[in-house]
Amino acid sequence: MSAIELRGLTKVYPGGVKALDSLDLAIPDGEFFALLGPSGCGKTTLLRTIAGLETATGGAVVIGDRDVTGLQPGARDIAMVFQDYALFPHMNVTDNIAYPLRIKKVGKAARQQKAAEVGARLGLEQLMDRRPGQLSGGQQQRVALARVMATQAQAFLFDEPLSNLDARLRLEARTFLKKLQHELGVTTVFVTHDQAEALAMADRMAVMESGHIRQIGTPAEVFQRPANTFVAGFIGSTPMNLLDGVVRGDTLEVSGCKLAVPQSAEGLLHDGEKIVYGVRPEYNVYSAGPVDGSLGGNVSIVENLGASYLVTLDVNGVLVQAVVPEGHEPLIGDEGYALPRRDRALIYRDGELVPA
Amino acid sequence: MAQATLPPEVLDDAKARRYSADAAGLGRLRAGAFVAPALALISLFLVFPALWVLYLGLSNYRLTGAAAAAPQSVGFDNFVKALTDPEFWNSTWLTFEFVLGSAVIGQVVLGFLLAWIMRDRTGPLKRIVEGLVILAWILPSAVVSFLWVALLDRDDGTLNTLLHSQDFAPLLDHPMLSIIVFNTWRGAAFSMMLYGAALGNVPPSHLESARLAGASGWQQLRDVVFPHIRGHVLTNLLLISLWTFNDFTPFLLTAGGPDGKTEVLAVHVYQVALQGGELGYGAAVSTVILLINLVVAVFYLRLLRSKK
Ligand SMILES: Nc1ncnc2c1ncn2[C@@H]1O[C@H](COP(=O)(O)OP(=O)(O)OP(=O)(O)O)[C@@H](O)[C@H]1O
Ligand SMILES: [Mg+2]
Repeated sequence: MSAIELRGLTKVYPGGVKALDSLDLAIPDGEFFALLGPSGCGKTTLLRTIAGLETATGGAVVIGDRDVTGLQPGARDIAMVFQDYALFPHMNVTDNIAYPLRIKKVGKAARQQKAAEVGARLGLEQLMDRRPGQLSGGQQQRVALARVMATQAQAFLFDEPLSNLDARLRLEARTFLKKLQHELGVTTVFVTHDQAEALAMADRMAVMESGHIRQIGTPAEVFQRPANTFVAGFIGSTPMNLLDGVVRGDTLEVSGCKLAVPQSAEGLLHDGEKIVYGVRPEYNVYSAGPVDGSLGGNVSIVENLGASYLVTLDVNGVLVQAVVPEGHEPLIGDEGYALPRRDRALIYRDGELVPA
Repeated sequence: MAQATLPPEVLDDAKARRYSADAAGLGRLRAGAFVAPALALISLFLVFPALWVLYLGLSNYRLTGAAAAAPQSVGFDNFVKALTDPEFWNSTWLTFEFVLGSAVIGQVVLGFLLAWIMRDRTGPLKRIVEGLVILAWILPSAVVSFLWVALLDRDDGTLNTLLHSQDFAPLLDHPMLSIIVFNTWRGAAFSMMLYGAALGNVPPSHLESARLAGASGWQQLRDVVFPHIRGHVLTNLLLISLWTFNDFTPFLLTAGGPDGKTEVLAVHVYQVALQGGELGYGAAVSTVILLINLVVAVFYLRLLRSKK
């Protein structure tokens, strides 16, 4: 069990794609760390470079107190779960789980016992003699996890291990994986492009954009105080409202409406400066009648979210979204007012959060 | 297809059977007319000669002389003669050496190595290597044989000229080795292409997962690659074994010599039937070759099926 540290890690693919751009990251021992970002931002590349499946163009990978940058994958003492699980189709579950031990020349009896032990822990007792082709997706996923656990590696790397499961199994697997990781206490890096997964499971997470890390923090930090407009727009089941505005004395002018300065930015803004005003739809209080300091306009779209409604207002040509509890949803064309919560709204200057 | 468009009650059992036998809905006669030309050609060039060989094998038909004009049936005499003739057994043994050396070992190993080395490579090196290997395969036998003779010949061969020597004569000193090397060189392209395609089917994540476990190159081959391409290996072995078994090209290099040391079965048949004029006996030997081919094919097909 070891910490992972990346120093100035750069990866340029042949052909010139810069997938990682001098990236620094420190993951303490035992942490469950999620890498989140849009498709093509370099998450898989980062994971594969840690694993040694891609050679770094520059920078260093340190696992524990060893610099492993130049080492072969097999010498790094890490284990990885692939998106397709990569179970060997011609071996049964026991042999699959025991494979890394076989390569490490562990005796047959010892490795079969270890496989049985780990398999039992993941509820695979009944399946140990089956081939991967005779297992369901969820079972295959557990076999892949068992194989990783049996290695007793310094760190685990997961590349979207839940993306092949159906929605329900995914929720189960999420809870299961988190519990397992906490019990084992092995440093784990987890790639996902599902932010709900990252928010739910991670101790800490990083949001990536085209080879850079845009924010590192706990899920709560990243959700409540996105460090920049990219993260703000990326995180959240409904995207944050990001509205252009100008500071007018001690108020803000945002698309023709007069808003109060959010608590977090009080006293930090200068008269006349351009800012971006950010507020999540969940933190916009909706009302049918005019309210001071709110964004007023006409309802243009009403979407059903289940227990609530997402209402889109057209505020002088700018779209503003608010979440309205069920039973209070307006009709399209109605007049409506969204009052941002001052303790939750955020101010971005040049794309960065104020105060940083 | 046809059933689906009809209401089910219209279809009694007999009708259903007739429809399934006539899937295209053409009627037997018209369907037969479509395949007749192909069947006629196959009969003319494959079935008839095969039956003719069976018939000839039971006769004393010769290329010249009285028996050429009025061949007589001799029963199984030709077969008895073949199976008791040490020259036939010698040829069989030589053929076995030739197939084992040049196909089962030479082409499979060389073809696989080329495919394995080239698997992740792109660019000019890969294209050049593949081009050269495939060239050896597609050039006509007469041309490549002439080139090899020109290279290896004792008197005016390129090799001896380059070495300024007179005594390097592989075709005379190591004739079997020469034709094995020749046939390996000539046929490796097929195996290379087949394995190249097969290796493309091995999921990269499986190899990577083995690498992460610390598997060496050989362990990756054994645990990941080979189980995935086992069917391809068997198919490849079946095809090249049979092709090599019936290959006549060694004759163009050594003419079966020196001293019968490279008289593989295909050459042996040519020698007895066309040089010796004993067409009946040659046909009998051909029939035996056919039977050996069948045994080899059944053996491989069994192995292939046992995989599932
Ligand atoms: N083998 C490769 N050769 C060249 N470019 C590559 C290669 N693999 C990935 N890339 C490029 O590197 C960038 C990062 O790719 P990567 O696979 O790391 O993205 P990702 O964040 O994992 O995306 P996704 O969420 O879609 O899996 C992309 O622009 C991609 O096109
Ligand atoms: Mg990816």
